[in-house]
Parts: sequence; structure tokens; C-alpha cells
Amino acid sequence: MTDILMPALSPTMEEGTLAKWHVKKGDTVKAGDVIAEIETDKATMEVEAVDEGVIADILVEAGAENVKVNTPIARLEGEEGAAPAPGPVEAPKQEAAGDPEKAPPETAKPQPEGEGAAPVTPKAPLQDPEIPAGTKMVKITVRDALRDAMAEEMRRDDKVFLMGEEVAQYQGAYKVSRELLQEFGDRRVIDTPITEHGFAGLGVGAAMAGLKPIVEFMTWNFAMQAIDQIINSAAKTLYMSGGQIKSSIVFRGPNGAAARVGAQHSQDYSAWYGQVPGLKVVAPYDAADAKGLLKAAIRDPNPVVFLEHEMMYGVEFDIPDVEDWIVPIGKAKVRREGSDVTITAHSRMVGLALKAAEELAAEGIEAEVIDLRTIRPLDHETIVESVRKTNRIVCVEEGWGPMGVGAEIVARVIEHAFDYLDAPPLRVHQEDVPLPYAANLEVLSLPSVEKIVKAAKAVSYK
Amino acid sequence: MARATKAKTSGKGADTGVTRPSGSTGRDTLLKYYKDMLLIRRFEERAGQLYGMGLIGGFCHLYIGQEAIAVGMEAIRVKGDQIITGYRDHGHMLAAGMDPREVMAELTGRAGGSSKGKGGSMHMFSTESGFYGGHGIVGAQVSLGTGLALANKYKANGNVSFAYFGDGAANQGQVYESFNMAQLWSLPVVYMIENNQYAMGTSIERSASETHLHKRGISFRIPGEEVDGMDVDAVAEAGARAAEHARSGKGPYILEMKTYRYRGHSMSDPAKYRTKEEVDEVKKTRDPIDHLREKLDKAKVSEDDLKAIDAEVKRIVAEAAEFARTSPEPDPAELYTDVYLEAAE
Repeated sequence: MTDILMPALSPTMEEGTLAKWHVKKGDTVKAGDVIAEIETDKATMEVEAVDEGVIADILVEAGAENVKVNTPIARLEGEEGAAPAPGPVEAPKQEAAGDPEKAPPETAKPQPEGEGAAPVTPKAPLQDPEIPAGTKMVKITVRDALRDAMAEEMRRDDKVFLMGEEVAQYQGAYKVSRELLQEFGDRRVIDTPITEHGFAGLGVGAAMAGLKPIVEFMTWNFAMQAIDQIINSAAKTLYMSGGQIKSSIVFRGPNGAAARVGAQHSQDYSAWYGQVPGLKVVAPYDAADAKGLLKAAIRDPNPVVFLEHEMMYGVEFDIPDVEDWIVPIGKAKVRREGSDVTITAHSRMVGLALKAAEELAAEGIEAEVIDLRTIRPLDHETIVESVRKTNRIVCVEEGWGPMGVGAEIVARVIEHAFDYLDAPPLRVHQEDVPLPYAANLEVLSLPSVEKIVKAAKAVSYK
Repeated sequence: MARATKAKTSGKGADTGVTRPSGSTGRDTLLKYYKDMLLIRRFEERAGQLYGMGLIGGFCHLYIGQEAIAVGMEAIRVKGDQIITGYRDHGHMLAAGMDPREVMAELTGRAGGSSKGKGGSMHMFSTESGFYGGHGIVGAQVSLGTGLALANKYKANGNVSFAYFGDGAANQGQVYESFNMAQLWSLPVVYMIENNQYAMGTSIERSASETHLHKRGISFRIPGEEVDGMDVDAVAEAGARAAEHARSGKGPYILEMKTYRYRGHSMSDPAKYRTKEEVDEVKKTRDPIDHLREKLDKAKVSEDDLKAIDAEVKRIVAEAAEFARTSPEPDPAELYTDVYLEAAE
């Protein structure tokens, strides 16, 4: 004998009306037969038998209102060997969520440090590779550093391939993939149609099947067409699959404001992607980091958003001439040491911050410039350590301020070094408008050396 | 519910085992179809019951009525071929050979679930069974499935990706972006449109300017055909033809499976957009399991044989429900696992 219970039409339904019985005592029913109708103020639904048997008793008459969910409404005399319906309801208990007295175990406690404290934290401290004494330094553009990184990784691993608009025959819209087609052929350097949503999805699917795609977006602005695949498919599937499906994939391309291209082609997405667990987000400044971090990103088993900058592609930097130059993801770099104020920046803004530091030095203020390099996981230890020394911080980013990278850094500094601060932190960022086209307005809108100097002086009360 | 072991084939002319003409399906195959389809139906009925009892939360989209598609296609799938679908996914998982206990325990959000309880009804996966989800965003699986096919071609492994989507997803832009690239690059993918005629509450007539969805590939030069998705033999035959096309390097193929879902879009859908008579008519005249039983009768399968299968399916589903009810909730420590993979270097 099994009880047939009053079902819920939705997770929020607590009671309803038993509108009608389609069966009576003594009727034989089989699985799938409609036996009753129930209704709430919102909906009516049929109740189907799950087991076969004979209706032994009707416990709640038709027309009864306010019948609580899970109340037995009928009894079913099972056939021989009939499996009993699941016993008394043992819905998941939610005490841990609602009852502060019953805190979840230590391991599950939400970590105020954010993803920096998640299990992804590596065992050994992250360090740039040591450059042996006497290593030759060579001059290379950021563009060629990125290209070399891809070429080296493609030589190393056949699973690595590049796809995107104009990456092959055209040699790259910004020539970042120059000569890759010639070396690797069209199996591994794939020109796509202009179809960001589609090819980002294809890339993630290929990654799920074990390949290691590099998906180039002609600019990150166009990747908004594809952001669903980046976040919902690439970033979340490892978690949703309980660790079964990995997406080792790099999404890369120029990010931020170029020059005079207007609002739709000039946006910094650092904060957007930096918010998403499951993604790593990298934004290098110089050639050595561009190369070392891109190689690390390609080898990383997780999806990596790699934010380049068009205005930096042609800039030359020294890079150590060593084999397999790899820079670890997740470690900021102190670009200039100083004792008076900490300035954080990433991507092209690092150059502005360094120039500002020179101007500040001329006025007797020694700024420490931290190149974030990785936005997620954010290396807040390096920042906090610096603020404990300088007691002041200015956060520079090319994107908008609200909910931005600087806002996040300030929050973490306040959490971890509140007592060390001698002045309220300041942020320098793009003005809170779509980027204007007019040359003068564009300059007014973007961060500048002058704005950084001004902010650094303000937190120094000078 | 391990499916019959199939030899891994590669390259052209894979032996799919269903080159027979219609109506001559062997007795054993018919019995397997029956068992697998009945398992899906009974499993889904039980899932509906557990939902009603509050043991399954959130969204729960049942596959009842569409069983012949997942089961018919499984008969022609070769080891290594991938399946990917949207959120009406339980039937595909069972057909692909996933353990019903793990599927049901995922529905109840328990540690024994196939995603450790972290995915839920819409997000289950089994690389072992070639099942790549279980995706909650309408249409996203079409691009992903095309990417699986890209990987097959890249690796030259001779496998085909079966990308399932509904009549609702057929109106998403990325479906056509994917069609274009799949044909352009001759990717081994079969697009499986499960046209159950309602995208949630919107009938296909109200949402599609061209309701014959198998024609949606014409402007990309992708062949397509309409199939009676309520006839498991018809599904397997068309599936074999489409898979052969894709596997032999000719590129994608579209199969529009005409089907019907008996239940609402999800559990909380009272399905007021269609009449009870319409649903009853389909149940009475087109039910895929009843249809199969007629063939079983003709094949002289005895009532006792079917009863034995009924009992076995009942036992499997009862065990799955019991497992899903008693498996513990995930350890709170699982909250922070599976967010990132540790880098190897």
C-alpha cells in the first residue's frame, strides 16, 4: 500500500485545491494515467499515477481547498512486486543557509578575500622566472612578443590552434598572427566568418573536446556578441559538471580605447570579466609579460581572457632572450619602488603611471607603481604589502570607475590594511560617459599622467 | 543501462548497424528500444513525482512523449560520437547510458549526482558516455556541438557530433552562424531539431516564418529532412543516413524530428496554450511507446516478456529514486571545488 501525495506545482507552492478526481475507489490505474486535477490561484495541473495498482482509498475529496503539499490524498494498493513510492519526504534541509547558529564548516566559509583565497591558490609563491646573469636582452614589439608566444606554443602542442577573423590569410587585422598560417597551415590557423557568437561557441566546444583553442577577437568590443559563450559555457561548465568538462581556451584581442574610434570600439572589459569565477583575466603591459603571460594562458587548463592593447602593439621593449619564457598568471609586478604612495595600474595605464611617478619624484614624492598584470585572480597581497609601506593608494584604470577594478582594489585594501591608510584612496579612470570621438573630448575622458599626478598629490595632501 | 558495446569505427563508411529497411527491425533491437524508451518515461514520471514532493527544485523539463528520438539515435551512435543538447536532457542522458541513479541524484541535488549536485536538471555531463550536456541557454549548445565536430575533424577521429535543439532554439542567431561554419568547413555534425511544436508557450506557427525547420539549412546548402520523431525505427534510419553523410566528410545534416511533449514546458507550466484534446489526441494516436508495442506484437513478443521488462524498468527507477532520496547533500567543502583546475606547471 502506498500513499499518493498532494504534489507541488512549483517550488513555492505550499497548498492547493484538489479540483477533481478522475478515478474512484477500486479503479485500476497504471503509470501515466491521469488520476486527479489540482489547482492554485495561478495554474491547474493534472496528477498522473507513477505506479500501477488499485485505488484502495480516496483520502481527500474533490473540491477540498487548502490541501497542504505532501498530504496523502489517496491510497494505492500495489500490484505484486510494485515498488513503493518514495517514503516520507526528506527535502534537503536548509538550516545552514538560514541559521547563523549553525555555521557551515570552516572550509566552506565564504572567503572575504574573494577568489584569491580559493583553492586555486598555488602551493608555492608565484615568481617570475629568474633571468640568468649575462642573459642577452633583445628588443621586440608587444605585437611580435604575442606572435612568438603563440608560435612557440603551437610548435610545442598540436592541440593548440588559432581561430578568428582575418587571422590567417590577412595575417591578422593588427598583424599579431603574422606568418602563423605559413608555418602551421590552415588546419591550425583558421579564418572565421564575421560571427563572434558562433565561433566563440565553436571554440568552447572544441575545448570541451580536449583541444586548446586560441580565439582571437578583432577587438574585445565585438566579443560582447559572444559573452554568453565566454561566461555561461566556458567559465561555468567545469563547476556545473562537477569537474568533468574542462575548457582550456584563450580568448584574446585588443581591449580598451584605441584612438578616435568612438564609443563602440573603445571599452575596457577588465572589470566585466574580472567578476566571473571560472575565468582568469590577464592584461599585460610590456612585451616580456605579453609573451610570458600568453604562453602561461595557453597552457592553463582554465579559460583565460587575455586583454591586449592596440596602442601597445607597436611599442618595443627589452625581453630576456631565454628559452620558454613564462610568466605566472596571478602575480602582480612592482615596476617602480617608492615609499610615499602606491599607484596600481594594468595594461597601457602602467606606462602612464610610470611617467606620473617620474613627475612626482621631481616634486619629492616617491611613488611605488604596481603593474597588476592579472586582474583575476587579483594579487592583492602585493598591493596590500605596498600600502602598508606607503599608507596611500591611487588606482588607475582605463575603464569606467563604478564597480571597476579600482573599486575592487580599494575594497580589499580597506579590508586588509584599513589601519595603515593615511588618506582616503583615490581612483583615476575613464570619465563616466561613452567615449567621445572629438579629439579634445576624448582626451578629457581618458586617464592621463596629469590626472594621476593630481590624484597622487591629493592622497599625499600636497 | 549500459548500451550495447559497439566497435569503434573511423573514417568513412562506419558500420552503424541499421542499414535494414523499415519494418524489419530485429526482435532484440525492438526489445531494447522498448526497455530504453520505457525507462525514460518511467524515470520522468518519477522525476515529476519527486518534483511534486519538493525533492527536486528549480526547473525540471520532462522528456515524456519524445522518447523515440533519443533512443532511436542511440542505436546508430558510434563510440566516440558526441551528444549535446539543451535543458530537456534527462532522456538523452539515460539513452546515452548514464546511470539513472546518478541522473536522479543530480535532480535532487545530492552528492551522488553526476555533477555532485552542483549542476541540477539542466547541467549534467558524462564524457565517458559521450554526453556533453545539458545546457541552460537556448541555442548555445548548437555552437558548442559544432565545436565538438570541429575537434573531431581536427583530430581526424571519424566521429560525429549530434547537436540537439528545439523548435524554439531554431530561431536563435548563433544556430545559423554555426550552420554556416559547419558547411563551410565540412564539419561532421548532425543537427537534431526536436520540433515538439511549442517553445515554452509559443507554438511554432506563432514564432517561425518557415515552420518546416528542416529547410532552415537550405541557404547554407545543408541537406535536411523531416522525420516522424514518434517512430523509433524512422528515427534510427534517418539518423544512420545523416550520420553517414557527416562521417564521410560531406559536412552537416539536419534532421527535423516531428514530436510532441506531453507535459508542460517545465513542471510549473500549466500548458494553457494548447487544448487537452490536442494532447489527448497525440497520446492516443501517436504515442511512441504504444506504436512500438504494435511492432512488438507483430514480432510475436509475448506479454510475459514485456511484463518482465516493465518490472525491471520499475525496479531500476525505484532504485534511482531511492538513491536520489538517500544520497547525502554535497559536502559544504564542495562549494569551492571545480571552479578552477590547477595548472600543471
